[in-house]
Amino acid sequence: MLQSLLSGDMPRSRILAVILVAILVCLALAPFLFPGVRTVDTAARICVFILLVASYDLLLGYGGIVSFAHTMFFGIGAYGVALALTHMGRGFGPIFVGAGAGAVMAAALALLIGLFSLRVRAIFFAMITLAVASAVAVLVSQMSGLTGGEDGLTFKLPRALGPAFKFGKEALGGELFGVTLNGKLLAYYFVFAGALVLFLMLLRVVNSPFGRVLLAIRENDFRAEAIGYRVVYYRVAATCLSAAVAALAGSLYAVWLRYVGPETTLSMELMIDILLMVVIGGMGTMYGAVIGATLFVLAQNYLQTLMGAASGLVEGVPVLPQLLSADRWLLWLGVLFILSVYFFPTGVVGRLRGGK
Amino acid sequence: MSDPILRLEGVCTNIAQYHILQGVELEVPRGQVTMLLGRNGVGKTTTLRTVIGHWRAHKGRVMFDGEDITAKPTPAIARSGVGFVPEDMGIFSDLTVEENMVLAAASGPIDSARLDWVFSAFPPLKTFWSSEAGNLSGGQKQMLSIARAMIEERKLYLIDEPTKGLAPAIVSTMARALKELKAQGASILLVEQNFAVARALGDTANVMDDGRVIWSGAMAKLAGDAELQERLMGLSLEAH
Repeated sequence: MLQSLLSGDMPRSRILAVILVAILVCLALAPFLFPGVRTVDTAARICVFILLVASYDLLLGYGGIVSFAHTMFFGIGAYGVALALTHMGRGFGPIFVGAGAGAVMAAALALLIGLFSLRVRAIFFAMITLAVASAVAVLVSQMSGLTGGEDGLTFKLPRALGPAFKFGKEALGGELFGVTLNGKLLAYYFVFAGALVLFLMLLRVVNSPFGRVLLAIRENDFRAEAIGYRVVYYRVAATCLSAAVAALAGSLYAVWLRYVGPETTLSMELMIDILLMVVIGGMGTMYGAVIGATLFVLAQNYLQTLMGAASGLVEGVPVLPQLLSADRWLLWLGVLFILSVYFFPTGVVGRLRGGK
Repeated sequence: MSDPILRLEGVCTNIAQYHILQGVELEVPRGQVTMLLGRNGVGKTTTLRTVIGHWRAHKGRVMFDGEDITAKPTPAIARSGVGFVPEDMGIFSDLTVEENMVLAAASGPIDSARLDWVFSAFPPLKTFWSSEAGNLSGGQKQMLSIARAMIEERKLYLIDEPTKGLAPAIVSTMARALKELKAQGASILLVEQNFAVARALGDTANVMDDGRVIWSGAMAKLAGDAELQERLMGLSLEAH
């Protein structure tokens, strides 16, 4: 059962298995284990980023293709839902229409970019994606009538996913383990379930013959061609699939935030974050996305608080309070990432699985 | 005599500004092992790579099984029945031996009888079936490289220096496997620097120099004529 669910791709390390189960349990029960707006928000972001990073890993880790347009695809999905909910009214229908349209559009754009650039050399793909992503980000900022420009779009979700919607009053008194049963809880599980299902689907893809061919192409594209595989076809297919899943991750993010803007979905900073998450977790492993996204989002959300507390503890000691000042959290985040890349060159998962 | 399975007609191939092949004329008869011999850097590997489509011939024609494949893309050439074993082995080291073999059987599932035959030729592959190919020894990697070509029946096998850098025991295993392939009636174009292996396997020989085939004939004739060897290749088979 578990083998089948994970498509035969078991963690292959006891420590990794324990960490993955712990993350899964924490995410599955986040609203009950860590009640609070900020913690649940962090958990939802982790879910979305696991999916987004996993979709990028399909491209980079399995296909060996460097793309700088992943946030563009992410943004297309997010704006798809936002525009559908804005123009079609609140309801689940517009969410699915927006997410579907976003995924199709992202895949179509990826197909176009891929056919033009992947035929030659993968490096051209990276350059073209960078150019297209920048152009789309500018376009979204400029088309304020449609996209809300720099301010972005705020929209209403179906009532069932809003905080005002309460359920379980008769059976459970409206609460479970002290947590109010409301639409926000449903929205969290909507995001969690969506991310989980799509992640398992990606796991299936990379463990299918298609995934094996991608790995073969990554390692030796000429050899793969000499066996009879059309390298461009596989690269383009991986790009389209990756783009569609990134768009769906964007749709989940939009549902969670009830807002989309260029800064939250299309920025280059976000693209760099995704790259870091893939590298830290371990490229070409899928589980690396889980570890990388969890570590990164937790660090982004809590390192500042932790450092503030640590700074308070060492008050009176020379230099240390300044070094540990909460304002310097980005510096320490950078140091942490340099150290993690130094000590885990194959990523956390690669190291735990016994790689170098 | 039947049509050759492969014929190169005045093939010229440039790599960057270098004129590597300068009018190669070559025939590979059906069901025979054709040796491609010559010193290092005379264009043997480029000839194989031009046939498989990795390098494009800018002049001349490559005729395979009666069809002009000069401009065909590599995957199409491979799918039309050409198995290629490159000099650098080209195994997929992140994949298991099994996955390497499954990928090589591009036309469908592996035939179990054929797999048994491959295992009998290269027993270590059965032992390390589920191991990552990157963990194999050099000789085992070469076995895997050839086994991948052998896993499906091909119309033509292009094999580039299969015994290069291998221990004598492994060279014997390779030679035995290639003999079995030959016994099945396979057409093989083989680049080989080990003259003992070349003499044992080859039916016909083509000697290259400076991007051209300068001599073609029976392998037995070349093997038995030390003066000819000296003249064509600057060395004698007797020395090996």
